[in-house]
Amino acid sequence: MISFIPYASFRFFIVTGILLLPVIIAGLSGKRITLYNDLVAIVMVFLIFYGQPAQFVSIIAFIIWQAVVVKSYFELKKRNNRSVYFYTAVILAIIPLFFVKLSADVPVLGFLGFLGISYVSFRSVEVIMDLRDGLINEIPLNHFLRFTLFFPTISSGPIDRYRRFESDLKQVPSGKEYKELLYLGINKIFQGFLYKYIIAYLVHQYWMSSPALASNSFFSIWMYMYAYSMYLFFDFAGYSQFAIGFSYIMGIRTPENFNKPFLSRNIKDFWNRWHMSLSFWFRDFIYMRFVYLMIKKKWIKDRYLISDIGLALNFLVMGFWHGFLLQYIIYGIYHAVAFISFNRFEHFNKKHHIWPKNNKWIHALSVLITFHVICFSFLIFSGRLNFLW
Amino acid sequence: MVEITEAFKNEVLDVLAEICESDEVKDEPDIRLFEEGLMDSFATISLLVEVENRLNIKVPVSDFDRSQWATPNMIIERLAERK
Repeated sequence: MISFIPYASFRFFIVTGILLLPVIIAGLSGKRITLYNDLVAIVMVFLIFYGQPAQFVSIIAFIIWQAVVVKSYFELKKRNNRSVYFYTAVILAIIPLFFVKLSADVPVLGFLGFLGISYVSFRSVEVIMDLRDGLINEIPLNHFLRFTLFFPTISSGPIDRYRRFESDLKQVPSGKEYKELLYLGINKIFQGFLYKYIIAYLVHQYWMSSPALASNSFFSIWMYMYAYSMYLFFDFAGYSQFAIGFSYIMGIRTPENFNKPFLSRNIKDFWNRWHMSLSFWFRDFIYMRFVYLMIKKKWIKDRYLISDIGLALNFLVMGFWHGFLLQYIIYGIYHAVAFISFNRFEHFNKKHHIWPKNNKWIHALSVLITFHVICFSFLIFSGRLNFLW
Repeated sequence: MVEITEAFKNEVLDVLAEICESDEVKDEPDIRLFEEGLMDSFATISLLVEVENRLNIKVPVSDFDRSQWATPNMIIERLAERK
């Protein structure tokens, strides 16, 4: 069967480019043909999934499920904003994803999965959170579907936010604005080619897969660590540029995913620069919600303890989300420990000033240390160390 | 534009100074709190809880967009709008 995975084949770019021609022509004259855009969305979902009928059935069933959960929660919440409705809705929205992730250990559950299930689930949960907070007061079904099934970001994000997305839906860019968006979009797509199909490809082909790195010697693994980290970044950043570029052409300003992560000066900084749309989602909906609940209800008094538990929860969930495999769970724990340790150090440094902030050498050293802490976490993530456990 | 009284401004700055554990916020009301490491996610929550308790202004967590709440002055404005 012909594969039509987003951004994975030349065919994808050609077919999508042709489908988008009317969008571009309308955009340049300051218009948006909503009906045509919806048609493109349907055709794209069909093309992406038709090669695997099982996935096609899954995504249809899944999206109906999410729409029913969100709509029911919306109706119940209008009558009574009870916590139990909210938690039930979140659990129901997350359950399919949970089973699919569990399928790493229990393969029989795999039938539920489809490409991008995580990202569609995240969008759905975000809508439920915003409904709970009263930030969304109505959610027309067509807007919900356009948001959750937005094809440029359906397979791996970036994860947009409903209110941001909807304001782009409502506001059609003028011809001049669209020209700018189109230019930026095409630029990003070509940057994507450079990152994913030139740099990441070369790193993978000639560095990561080099026979010199095949043995389990310390040196081989050390070099593999750098290679894999570079590969991971350029491959995923390249993919993200494609997704953002195609979003721009659709007139949607999908948020960025990376901001020079290897120049982070500490682990906290890193999580504001790496896979940002995911880490912000986790920050806003796991860590911050947890901290808010604990402070508000005064369940735990010690503020540092609250923060530490919140961070542990945040990164453990992130680890499990990557898949219920040991390497991902260790990766999550590793980041939790790194982040908590850094918080302690930062607090200590606020009082004792042993690590000056405005010194360029210290800055360079911070970047170098952080870089290695991060690369080591990717080495765990890669599975290259699996022979150890 | 919403009107911001001096008393309100000082009240917010007091809360901020407590949370950031620094008086810099009073001396430099245009300082970028997150970039300078004065605030983080935890401080954000402390701020929202304190603001709710002391000023009786409720701000949902997901309504706190860092780019809109970047400096002490911006925070004062955002809170004044919600009063």
